[in-house]
Amino acid sequence: MSVKRRSFLKGTVATSALGVAVGSGLLQPRAAWAAWSEKAFSAKKVDEAIAGLYGSATTKDSSEIKLTVPDIAENGAVVPISVTTSLKNVESIAILVEKNPAPLTGGFNFSGNLEGYVSTRIKMGETSDVYAVVKAGGQVYSTKKMVKVTIGGCGG
Amino acid sequence: MSLTRREFLQILAAASAAGISLPGYGVAAGKEKADSDIYELPKFGNVSLLHITDVHAQLLPIWFREPNINIGIGKMQGQAPHLVGQHYLRHYGIAPGSAEAHAFTHLDFVEASKRYGKVGGFAHLATLVKKMREQRPGALLLDGGDTWQGSATSLWTKGQDMIDACKLLGVKVMTAHWEFTYGDNRVKEVLEKDLKGHIDFVAQNVFDTEWNERIFTPSVTKTINGVPVAIIGQAFPYTPVANPRYMIPTWSFGIRDEEMQKQVDKVRAEGAKIVVVLSHNGMDVDLKMASRVTGIDVILGGHTHDAVPKPITVSNASGKTLVINSGSNGKFLSVLDLDVKDGRLRDFRYRLLPVFSNLLAPDREMAALIERVRAPFKAKLEEKLAVTDDLLYRRGNFNGTFDQLILDALLAVKGADLAFSPGFRWGTSLLPGDTITMEDVMNQTAITYPTSTLTDMTGSRIKEILEDVADNLYNQDPYYQQGGDMVRVGALKYAIEPNSTMNKRISAMELKGKPLALNKTYKVAGWAPVSQPMEGAPIWDVVAEYLRNAKHVKIGEPNVPLIKGIKQNPGLA
Repeated sequence: MSVKRRSFLKGTVATSALGVAVGSGLLQPRAAWAAWSEKAFSAKKVDEAIAGLYGSATTKDSSEIKLTVPDIAENGAVVPISVTTSLKNVESIAILVEKNPAPLTGGFNFSGNLEGYVSTRIKMGETSDVYAVVKAGGQVYSTKKMVKVTIGGCGG
Repeated sequence: MSLTRREFLQILAAASAAGISLPGYGVAAGKEKADSDIYELPKFGNVSLLHITDVHAQLLPIWFREPNINIGIGKMQGQAPHLVGQHYLRHYGIAPGSAEAHAFTHLDFVEASKRYGKVGGFAHLATLVKKMREQRPGALLLDGGDTWQGSATSLWTKGQDMIDACKLLGVKVMTAHWEFTYGDNRVKEVLEKDLKGHIDFVAQNVFDTEWNERIFTPSVTKTINGVPVAIIGQAFPYTPVANPRYMIPTWSFGIRDEEMQKQVDKVRAEGAKIVVVLSHNGMDVDLKMASRVTGIDVILGGHTHDAVPKPITVSNASGKTLVINSGSNGKFLSVLDLDVKDGRLRDFRYRLLPVFSNLLAPDREMAALIERVRAPFKAKLEEKLAVTDDLLYRRGNFNGTFDQLILDALLAVKGADLAFSPGFRWGTSLLPGDTITMEDVMNQTAITYPTSTLTDMTGSRIKEILEDVADNLYNQDPYYQQGGDMVRVGALKYAIEPNSTMNKRISAMELKGKPLALNKTYKVAGWAPVSQPMEGAPIWDVVAEYLRNAKHVKIGEPNVPLIKGIKQNPGLA
């Protein structure tokens, strides 16, 4: 067993039971989070979704959140993404895709003193900014990156 | 009639007497060299690397016209490699009309081609490689990939001709791009059966989609004259996007700067004194990577087919990285001499040597291999299809004349309203009066997904495709580019504004003098579908059929769009 696989599993364990269930595909995010925020998951805009999750759309840009996602998606249907943060006391991490019909694609609740790390796959319909939003120590932080979804071909 | 070796040298000597030197080693060295031989290079330092890339399976000498349109936008404007024609000559101090001017630019291509003869050819390249090795013992030959694809014989032998030729040439390390279009199983088979013990196939940026584990060895360390030199492979990051995903369904690529950084740090910690990245990123991506990843001494790059005669020095947080790109089609050999002392790089010398076939006697063993490879296919390769009245070429941001020919064939044979042809950067040239053989057609079309197609598309879908490809070419951030040129377009006229942004670059689309209606449906011919394997005539049959009927080909001006918002760009001649 390689180090990669171990670190992957370690990272997964670091999220809460709910996070694991969502990340591993055992639960649909919508079902898992329904009780918590129907409003956030049905929002059509990033701002509304963030407001639905955290009460306010205002987030603070943070260089302490690292969003790892391809510059150009190999397959828009399954785009690998990971969010790591060095912020302390992480309460939750959410991933949003601006141009998706429903931007909020996943949310992960953290409990206790856990490493802020989430790795999952998201679906993207078209080229869009992807947001990672982290709530830590009562504050809401975010970072974003553009991911291109292209028709393909014609290279080289 | 091309020059004899002796006449060639006389011209070089005359150029040198006029105070014009070959780039790289300065005036004095150039003068001495021109009097004797451009391939007599004084050895320098203690670690030498030889680099070929993007050979595209061209075993025989060829013509290859460099682009006259290679526009750089944003920070890339006016910077190498986005320099063409006179701008290129001025930037590098190369004399107009010289052999170098011919090798590096499109200027006076037909006349200069007749004068200086063909370029490349593996038998000639082999002679040059041997000569460089004699001059600099221990020199390591690296291949940047796009080697197994681009000709009839490579396609029909699944790359075997090139694999055998590279082993004979003495390639020691390689990375890849088009190699992957033979499929994951073929690549694994070649690694196991052919390369093991001969050529290290390295790629740090290819991972299994399920477990995120590496498919290939990321790097290899070779000791050259006592100096441990690590070579890290960087395969083409967008292979599953630019080429069929289904060929490599479980392999994920990407640029992966962070993984690259980890790899550099790892090989340094393990004792490497020199770190080389053997890259198929494309030059703009190499330049950006060099500014972000620290600890790389040299990037030897390819993919965008840029022949750049001097390294570009890029500063980053902890030092400097030399970025080199070595052209394409076997036309050039990079020779990099490094002076490494006390565990660090102190100085270097670099030359990008054009391979003038007339100046290099063919290596016998390689010539025999090439003949053996071609023998079973000889009749098919040599079939004469038509004669061209015009210069035929592909390379450039927009339609070349050879693309125009393919598009004309698609329009005629398929009965389409308009046609698309991929913006590949490979594809050799033919001079006016040359006979177009089946081999020449294959040199433009030899891919593993050659199906020609006829599809109904709305005007808005057509615009969407043009916008998408334009963004892959002209995005201001090279990490969002794919390294191909603009899709070639037949019958449709349009305007393009490279400096604009996604979905705003294309305008004034016109078909037969009428504006393209966004809600109307048109018949669009094309080839090289990437989404799934398709049934249908391969493109080479479509073009061959067209040529057999035409007998003579006259292209005139290729269908280049109106280029807007670009004034005095050194990437536009």
